[in-house]
Amino acid sequence: MPRRADIKSILVIGSGPIVIGQGCEFDYSGTQACRVLKDEGLRVVLVNSNPATIMTDPEFSDATYIEPITPEFVERIIARERPDALLPTLGGQTALNIAIALHKNGVLDRYGVEMIGADVNAIERGENRELFRGIVAAIGAESALSVICHSMLDCQSAAEQLGFPVVIRPSFTMGGAGSGIAYDETDLLRIAGAGLQASPTTEVLLEESIIGWKEYELELMRDRNDNVVVICSIENLDPMGVHTGDSITVAPALTLTDREYQHMRDVGIEIIRAVGVDTGGCNIQFAVNPEDGRMIVIEMNPRVSRSSALASKATGFPIAKIAARLAIGYTLDEIPNDITKETPASFEPSLDYVVVKVPRFAFEKFPNADPVLTTTMKSVGEAMAIGRNFGEALQKALRSLEKPEAIFSWPGDSAEIDVPDLLARMHRPHDGRLSLVQQALWAGATIEQVHESTRIDPWFLDQICQLNETADEIRSAPALDEPLLRRVKRVGFSDRQIGQLRGISEDEAREIRHGLGVRPVFKTVDTCAAEFAAQTPYHYSTYDEENEAAASDRTKVIILGSGPNRIGQGIEFDYSCVHAALTLRDAGYETIMINCNPETVSTDYDTSDRLYFEPLTFEDVIEIVYAEQRSGTLLGVIVQLGGQTPLGLAQRLKNAGVPIIGTSPESIHLAEDRGAFGRVLAQAGLPAPKHGTAMSFPEAQAIAADVGYPVLVRPSYVLGGRGMEIVYDDNMLADFLGRATQINPEHPVLVDRFLDDAIEIDVDAIFDGEELFLAGVMEHIEEAGIHSGDSACALPPITLGASDIERIRESTLRIAQGVGVLGLLNVQYALVSDVLYVLEANPRASRTVPFVSKATAVPIAKAAARVMVGQKISQLRLEGLLPTRGDGGTMPPGAACSVKEAVLPFGRFHGVDTLLGPEMRSTGEVMGIDDSFGLAFAKSQEAAFAGGLPTSGTAFVSLANRDKRAAIFPIMRLADLGFQIAATAGTADILGRHGISARVLRKHHEGRGPAGEPTTIDLIMAGEIALIVNTPYGVGPRVDGYEIRTAAVIKSVPCITTVQGLAAAVQGIALLRNAEATVRSLQEHARDLLKLRQSASGSVSPAELD
Amino acid sequence: MVNSGSVKPKSRESAVLVLEDGRVARGRSYGALGATFGEAVFNTGMTGYQETLTDPSYHRQVVIMTAPHIGNTGVNDEDAESARIWVSGYVVRDPARVSSNWRAKRELEDDLLDQGIVGICDVDTRALTRHLRERGAMRVGIFAGEHAGLSIDALLAQVRSSPAMKGADLTGEVSTASPYLVPAIGTCQFKVVAVDLGIKTMTPHRLAQRGIEVQVVPSTVTASEILAKNPDGVFFSNGPGDPATADGAVAVMSELLFARVPIFGICFGNQILGRALGLGTYKLRYGHRGINSPVQDLRTGRVSVTAHNHGFAVDAPRRGAFQTPFGLAEVSHVCLNDDVVEGLRLLEVPAFSVQYHPEAAAGPHDGAGLFDEFVDLMKAGR
Repeated sequence: MPRRADIKSILVIGSGPIVIGQGCEFDYSGTQACRVLKDEGLRVVLVNSNPATIMTDPEFSDATYIEPITPEFVERIIARERPDALLPTLGGQTALNIAIALHKNGVLDRYGVEMIGADVNAIERGENRELFRGIVAAIGAESALSVICHSMLDCQSAAEQLGFPVVIRPSFTMGGAGSGIAYDETDLLRIAGAGLQASPTTEVLLEESIIGWKEYELELMRDRNDNVVVICSIENLDPMGVHTGDSITVAPALTLTDREYQHMRDVGIEIIRAVGVDTGGCNIQFAVNPEDGRMIVIEMNPRVSRSSALASKATGFPIAKIAARLAIGYTLDEIPNDITKETPASFEPSLDYVVVKVPRFAFEKFPNADPVLTTTMKSVGEAMAIGRNFGEALQKALRSLEKPEAIFSWPGDSAEIDVPDLLARMHRPHDGRLSLVQQALWAGATIEQVHESTRIDPWFLDQICQLNETADEIRSAPALDEPLLRRVKRVGFSDRQIGQLRGISEDEAREIRHGLGVRPVFKTVDTCAAEFAAQTPYHYSTYDEENEAAASDRTKVIILGSGPNRIGQGIEFDYSCVHAALTLRDAGYETIMINCNPETVSTDYDTSDRLYFEPLTFEDVIEIVYAEQRSGTLLGVIVQLGGQTPLGLAQRLKNAGVPIIGTSPESIHLAEDRGAFGRVLAQAGLPAPKHGTAMSFPEAQAIAADVGYPVLVRPSYVLGGRGMEIVYDDNMLADFLGRATQINPEHPVLVDRFLDDAIEIDVDAIFDGEELFLAGVMEHIEEAGIHSGDSACALPPITLGASDIERIRESTLRIAQGVGVLGLLNVQYALVSDVLYVLEANPRASRTVPFVSKATAVPIAKAAARVMVGQKISQLRLEGLLPTRGDGGTMPPGAACSVKEAVLPFGRFHGVDTLLGPEMRSTGEVMGIDDSFGLAFAKSQEAAFAGGLPTSGTAFVSLANRDKRAAIFPIMRLADLGFQIAATAGTADILGRHGISARVLRKHHEGRGPAGEPTTIDLIMAGEIALIVNTPYGVGPRVDGYEIRTAAVIKSVPCITTVQGLAAAVQGIALLRNAEATVRSLQEHARDLLKLRQSASGSVSPAELD
Repeated sequence: MVNSGSVKPKSRESAVLVLEDGRVARGRSYGALGATFGEAVFNTGMTGYQETLTDPSYHRQVVIMTAPHIGNTGVNDEDAESARIWVSGYVVRDPARVSSNWRAKRELEDDLLDQGIVGICDVDTRALTRHLRERGAMRVGIFAGEHAGLSIDALLAQVRSSPAMKGADLTGEVSTASPYLVPAIGTCQFKVVAVDLGIKTMTPHRLAQRGIEVQVVPSTVTASEILAKNPDGVFFSNGPGDPATADGAVAVMSELLFARVPIFGICFGNQILGRALGLGTYKLRYGHRGINSPVQDLRTGRVSVTAHNHGFAVDAPRRGAFQTPFGLAEVSHVCLNDDVVEGLRLLEVPAFSVQYHPEAAAGPHDGAGLFDEFVDLMKAGR
C-alpha cells in the first residue's frame, strides 16, 4: 500500500515549551516527522510555541507558526492553511489534547481536516482509564483493582475499599502530573484534591498498590495493514512506585524469560489493536509481581512519547520517522530499515548491548520541594549510555549526569559505613538512592537485605556487588596490569575512578592504561545485533576486541553536545549544536557529534555524519578524538555551542594537544575570570558594577562594604545562575555563604554591586576577528536581578533608541576584541541612569540563540559555526547565510515584535516560592510574535500559561511600597478596561487616593473577619480572582506574598510579580479586548523583514523578494 | 569427539575459541572444561536461552549468543524444549552470576556443567558474529581448561578434522527411540502422527492445545506404518543436519502426499516437503537464528515477526505457482530480510509447511494461526 494520494498538506502540532514530563524528546520526534513528510512532497504546516526547537526552524516546514498551542489559535491556522490532515501523535499530550478539543468543537469537521495517526475514539480508549480497563479485561489481561472517582467523597469510600497505600492517578494529565501515593487519609485528601484539580475532566483513579513490583514498558508500532512490531522492551531498575521518567531504566528487559516476555508482547499487541491505534506508535506499561509473575497492565500512551524517543536511540529504530510514514499510508514492510538499508522496518530490533537511562533532577534549585520520588515526574532531564554489559552502561550513564555524587565511589573504609542507616534511608525512593544501595552492598549488606528495603531486582543488585568487588580488586591489586585493567574497563570504571582507588591522578591512571595498550573500541548501534551490515555510523565505546568505526580521510569537526537537560542548560544548546552539524556538513566537513542526551535532535544519527553516544567527560571525549585522529584530519573540536559542559573541557582538551575551534580556551577564561574580565573592560573603557572576588567570608564582607549593598553573590563558573542570590546586608551574606555554597581559595565567590531599577539587556553577537554581527538586542521586561533565563524579553527592544543600540554595538565589539572571540558572544548589560554597565560576557552560544534566530530570521548558530572554521562575516553575507545589509541591531521600522517568556515548573513543586530571582528555575520558553509589543506579549502569556491573560474579572493587587507609584497608572488602566480591583488595605488606600476604588481583602495571616470576610487566599482558592499582581520587596519569603503566589500556582491564576510585567500585561489585555490576535508564519515574517529592510535602505529589488 | 567436556571447574579457567579459518578468540571457561567442536552459528534472540540450548535443531552446533547477558533468569522446569541440552558448545559474553526469576530452579551454568557442555565467556561475541556474517558459518572448536594451553596450530588442526555440517545426517541422533503419545488437551478432535526429526516439546503441545492427540514417532518410521495408524494428519518436525541427506524422510513424505493425508511441516519438515516436490535445498551463508525476522504471507501481504533456526533453505520460484509431481504448488511465505523461502503450499494436495517456527519457543506467537490452518485442513479432509 503506497502512501495516500488524497493528502497534500498536513498540520503537525508540537508540544510547546519544555516542562517537566514533556521535554525536548518531542522536538526530536517532531523534527523527524516534519523532515519525512516534507521529503514525501507534502506541504507541512507546523504549530509550536517553543522557539528553542529545531522543528520550528523554517526549513523543516512549509509554514511554521510559532503561536500559542490553544484551540483558538490552531483554528486560526487551520482557517488560513486549510490542511487536508492533522497529525497529533508526535507532540506529546499537548498535541493530543488540542486535537481532541478541535474535534469536539467541530473545527476539524468544519474545515474538512482528517485526523491521522490516531483517531479520537482510539485516544479516548487509550487515555480514559475506565474504557482502557474494559479493553484490558476484554482481552483477558489484568488491570490493578481500582475505582474511578469524581469527588473527594468518592475517593474516601474507594480508599476504604482498596486499603492504604493507594495510588492516585488523574486522567488526561502529562508526566503523571497530580498523581501520587497516599499512605493515609491526610495524604489522600491532599493528593486526590490536587489530582481532581489537575484533571481536565475532574477525574481521578484510585488503585490497589502494586508498589515494589517489577516495572516494564513496551514500545509498539502498528500499520494500516495491521502489522504490529515491538520496537523495544524497557525494564525499570526502580520498581513500581517511581514514575518511569524518574526511574533508572534499562533496555532490553533483562530479567524476563522468553515465555513471560512473549506473554507481555501478546498482551501489548492485543491492546494496540483493541484500542485502535491504526497507524503509529504507542507505549504500554506493565507491572509484574516478582513473587508469582502476575502481570498487570498499567497504562498506555497512544502516541509517540518520551519512552519512544529513548527506545529510538536505544535501538536505532526511528519510531517518530516511521510513525509519520505510517500515518500517510505506508506499511512497515514498505519502509526500509534506515540502518541496514537492505532489510525492511517490519521487524523487531535485537540489541547486543545494554542501554541504561538515568534521570537528572534539579532539587538543588527548589530547596523546599519534596525530593521523594513518586508517580509524579520530577526530573528535568536524562542521560543515556550504551555498554556491552549492564555494569558498563550504568557507570557510563552515571558519569554522563555530570553530578559527581552520582558516580559510584569507594572512599575510606567500608567498615565505617552505617549499614542499617543506609538500608533505612534507601527505603523511600529519592534522587541518590542508587549510591546508598551501592555503599550498603559494599559495606556488607546482603542482596536480600537491600532487595527487602528497595525491591530492586536481585540480578541488578548482584551486578552492583560485582562493581564493588572490582573496585576492591583495583584497590588491592599489587599493580595495574593489562588483564586487570581490561576487566575493570569492561565494567565501565573511568580512569578517574581507577585513579581514586589507587591514590593516583586520573591522568596517571590513563598513562598506565595507554602504556599497556588498553584502549576502547567503538561498536555500532545497528538494530540487528550484527546480523546485517550497518550503513549508519552510530557508535558507542566499549572495551572489547574489535573496533568498527570506519576510517575516513575527510576533514573532520567534532561537536560536543550539552549532555542531559537541566535547568540552565537545555534544548537551546542542542539547537546550536545541531545547526553547526548541519551547516558544516553542507560546507563539506565530516561532522562528528558527541552527546549523551537521548531526548535531543543532536543524538539523531541523521544529524551528523557520525554520532558517538558517549558521556561528555574528558576521558570519553579524548578517546574519541584519538580514534578519529587515526585517520583523516581532525580540524578540531567545537566547545562553545553545548553550554558549560563542553566549555568545561576546553582547556584540558587543548592541553592534550586537541585543536579547539573558535574562541580559544584562554579567551574563554578571560571572559569567565572576574579579575581578567575586569581588566578587559577597563582597557576598553567600559563600566561594570563594582565587584570583587572573595576567598573567605571576611573578604566577602569587605567587598560588600566597599561596593555597597545590595550585592549579588555567586560562586564563579556557573550557568543558569546556580547558587546566585541578591543579599541586602551582612547577615544575609553570612547566611548565603553558610547555606548555598562553599567558599575557599579553590571555590571563590563573586560579589557584585547589584543595580536596582536597571533595564537589563541581553545581546547575542558573532565576531569573526574583524567584523561584528550584532545578531540580536533583547530588552528584558523584568528589571535586572531576575535571571535572564527566567525573565521575559522583547526583540526589537521596546524602549531603547537607536543611539542606545549603537552604544551597545560599540561596547560589544570592544568586548569581542578584548576577549578574542571567534564565533558567538553573549553579553548582558544593565542600563541605569543612562550608563551602560557590562554585567557579564559569555563567549559561547547562549540560551537566546534560537529565539534571536527566529525573531530576526537569521540562522545565527549556523553563521557562527562557519565563522569558527574560518569564514568571514562578509563572505557569509555574500553567500546569503547572513543578510546582505544590516543585522539584528538594525531591525527596520515596522518589524514585528517578538517576546520570549519563560515557563516555570512550580506546578510540580508545591510549596516552592514562585518569586523570581537571580537563580534560574525555568525549564522552557515560549515565543509570541506580532505587530505590536502588547499583542506579542499577550501571545507569549497565552502560550506559557493555561488561559493566558484574562480580559475581565477581578484583579487582586498587593504592592511593595517602592512599587506603588509606578503601578498606579497600569492599575488605573485595568479598572478602565472593566476589571474589578481588590487589594490589601495599604494598597487599597493608595489606590483610593487616585480615584481607583478597590475592595479591601483581609491578609492571610489576619484570618477571616468577624462576619466571615474572606482572606485573599480564600478568594483565590474560590476561583474568584482572575489576575494577581504581587510585587515583593527584597528577598526571603514574606509570609503573605508566599501564600498568595502558592495559591496562584495551585489555581493557575496569572501572577505578576514586577511592575514592568504589569505594564506589559496591561498593554496586552487592552489589545486583546479590542482585537483578535492574528497568526503569521515564520516564513512570512522572514519575507516581511526582507521587504522592510530593503525599503528601509531604499533599494527594493523584486527578485530578492521571492 | 563431539563433546568431551566433563570436568567441573572450581573457577573460571582460560579458554580459547578457534574457528576453522584460523580466527581465535580468548576468554574464560563457561560450563564444563574440555574441548568441543561443531558448526559456529549465532543466535540474535534477546530472550529464550533455555529453549535454544534444548532445541534439538542445534545439535552439533556451537551457538554464539549476541545478547550479552545470559543466564539472568536461571533454568526452570517448564521451558526446556527437550530432555537435554543439544548445543555442542556455548559462547557468551557476560554470564549471570545469580539468577532472578520466580520460576527459576537452578543456575544455567549448573545445567551446562551437569551435562558437560563446554562453553566460553568474556569474548567479543559481536566480533565473532560479524566474522560469521561475512565469512559464513564454519567449524569451530572451544578449548577450556588445560586444552586452552595447546598451540593454536594444534587446536586448528583438530577443528579442521572435525565433521562439517554440510552433508551431515543427524536426524537419527536426535529422534526419539520409541513412539510416545502427547494427549489432546480437552476433547480429542483429531489424531496426528508427528515424525520426530528433532522435535521440540512446544510443537506437540501447540497441537494438543487444539484438541489434537499427537503420536510422536521415530524418524525411521515408514509411510505404511503411519498410514496404518489412520491419522487425520501427519506432522514433520524441525531438526538438525543437511536436508539433502534425508532421503528416507523425503520418501515417506512423497508416499503420504500421494495418499493425500493432510500434512504440516516445520523447518526441517519444510525442507523435506520441498525435496519431495522436487525442489533443491542449499546451505545459507550464515543461516537465520533469532526471534525477530519479518516473514510475509504472500497471500495476504501480512507480515509476521517470527522465530527462525535454519542453516539450509529450499530453492523455489518466489512468485507464482509451479508444477510438481503432486500438482501445482507455490511459495506461501518469504523472509523480507533476504527473500529466502519461508513456506510452501500445495494447491491440489492438502499439504503445507513453513521454514520458521510458529510453535515459537523461544519467540513471538505471530505464526500460531498456522496450527489452526492445519486443523482446518484436517477438517476439510474428513
